[in-house]
Amino acid sequence: MANPLKLIKNGIVNENPTFVQVIGMCPTLAVTSSAINGIGMGLSTTAVLIFANIFVSLLRKVIPDTVRIPCFIVVIATFVTIIEFALKAYLPALNASLGLYIPLIVVNCLILARAEAFASKNGPVAAAFDGIGMGLGFTIGLGVLGLVREFIGAGTLFDITVLPEAFPRTLLFVMAPGAFFTLACLMAALNHFRNKN
Amino acid sequence: MNLILLVLAGIFVNNYVLSQFLGICPFLGVSKKVDTAAGMGMAVIFVMSLAAAVAWLVYAFILEPLGITYLYNIAFILVIASLVQFVEMFLKKAAPALYQALGVFLPLITTNCAVLGVAVLNMQKDYNFIQAVLNALGGAIGFALAIVLFAGIRERIADNDTPKAFDGFPMALLTAGLMSIAFLGFSGLIKL
Repeated sequence: MANPLKLIKNGIVNENPTFVQVIGMCPTLAVTSSAINGIGMGLSTTAVLIFANIFVSLLRKVIPDTVRIPCFIVVIATFVTIIEFALKAYLPALNASLGLYIPLIVVNCLILARAEAFASKNGPVAAAFDGIGMGLGFTIGLGVLGLVREFIGAGTLFDITVLPEAFPRTLLFVMAPGAFFTLACLMAALNHFRNKN
Repeated sequence: MNLILLVLAGIFVNNYVLSQFLGICPFLGVSKKVDTAAGMGMAVIFVMSLAAAVAWLVYAFILEPLGITYLYNIAFILVIASLVQFVEMFLKKAAPALYQALGVFLPLITTNCAVLGVAVLNMQKDYNFIQAVLNALGGAIGFALAIVLFAGIRERIADNDTPKAFDGFPMALLTAGLMSIAFLGFSGLIKL
């Protein structure tokens, strides 16, 4: 079995879902109007990813190859439903602000991609660590995006005002176009950094 | 009258891609050429309207009477996945020409979150059958419009020199951002 730390680092750095693989873009752009929303979404997705990975890995010898995708989707949808109810019960405010995007975790390509590419070929422990790594990478991507957008658009960080009242807010950044611009600039900065090395 | 407004709102005001971020993956993935973008758009219009109708029927006649509405997510995604598979087989037999044009895009639609998104939205907003289908139709036309326009712009950009760091995704995202600003101009146009 591969080294757990290596798997986690792979998810966060080498194959970061947001900045390197560029998958799971819908929630990445939609819910990152604030850092808390971004991280909340990231952690919910991480939870689904870990459990889905473990179960897909456990069932990998039982699931026939021809119908594996529908089987994966049912496993994923089950855990999304569980997370949805857990959020509704314990974090109703976060659930309200993430709204529609919680049930849509089912079609986050990141989760299906990990089930197909990793969990269905590896043991449950490795799959769990892969889930943790990828999930954290995703959470970091969403968190950074949320921090930048919240800071420029609303002048706050984690809902705490940091910019003086007189400083103008660029409201556009917490609206839809800002999501595209922020991600474009962050990716371009990373590309620039990579080209230099 | 309200029904026409519902369709128009879906196309312009609540554009799924540019203001609600549903269906971003195919929007960024299959938008390098206008032809393929148009093919994807047509396939989405077809599948999304059909999926919204079937999902509504499943919710109203199976989930609600049995009191298992909490299973909506699993039910909807299964409906969509099997519907896509069915449409693919049906087109292959009945309309090979259409299958040639849309075939490669169909499997991708299962993971287009706009399709599941519209089914969930219809349920959350308590739309009746006709409203649900029209809402999906409007949303899907909006998606097709956005992806074709976007592909047109990307074709032009491909011929130009862009800063090296912005090559590929960053440039596409910037373009999408500008389009999103343009579509912000429609907000408040229709109040439902």
